Amino acid sequence: MSIRTPLAHARGLGSAKSGTAHWWAQRLTAIALIPLVIWFVVSIVIMTGSDHDAVVAWIGNPLTAVLMVLLIVAVFHHMQLGLQVVIEDYVHTRWMELALLLLVKGAALLLGAIGILSVLKIAIGGA
Amino acid sequence: MSSGNRPLSPHLQVYRPQLTSILSILHRITGVALAVGTLLLVWWLYAAASGAEAFADIQAFNGSIFGRLILFGWTFALFYHLCNGMRHLAWDTGWGFDLPTAYTTGRVVVAVAVVLTVAAWVAGYFVMGGM
Repeated sequence: MSIRTPLAHARGLGSAKSGTAHWWAQRLTAIALIPLVIWFVVSIVIMTGSDHDAVVAWIGNPLTAVLMVLLIVAVFHHMQLGLQVVIEDYVHTRWMELALLLLVKGAALLLGAIGILSVLKIAIGGA
Repeated sequence: MSSGNRPLSPHLQVYRPQLTSILSILHRITGVALAVGTLLLVWWLYAAASGAEAFADIQAFNGSIFGRLILFGWTFALFYHLCNGMRHLAWDTGWGFDLPTAYTTGRVVVAVAVVLTVAAWVAGYFVMGGM
């Protein structure tokens, strides 16, 4: 027997009002990151010691640029989802918890934007 | 109702560490470390977009002993988090929860992460012609 109303049961959002959205996004970004991270590490190892020209030529390749942008989006989305849980678990002073959450989410947005724009500048502007 | 002085679980002072619990917290620690490491990734991309001089600066940092130490730790954190993340995804499907399997997959994850870390660095030095 459940004390939840039929509507609440059908929505399945629970007390946090967001249902499984956080959990699901964490898993989807994790799955996306498996091939992206392997591709990135293999590429970086192959380019060990490369000079600026070689790295810019690599990032400037359309396929590389697209994969880099996708990698950055997945990394920073996955990162802020994960750090959010860590903060919620360990920081029990509400204002500090809120401040850290804002800091982490803001930093993820800022760093992600800088990374993406840097890739696009190289790919489109030809740095 | 006061909840301030309730004991926390697990009771860390009397909790006997096990492989599974160590790997569990290591997943978190490597996750946080990788988050800090994204600063290096973004700095690298930003430097590449800024020009040859800025790029030479970060390559010099990455090539220093301190830089190499950070990158080596970052490599292990990445491979461990990647491998143990796959272990978590397997658990999400309901597979591998019994203790013998959880211990076996845990040992496999550590072994694979160590092997991949060493392999990546050996390959990197080989590419540079430093071997």
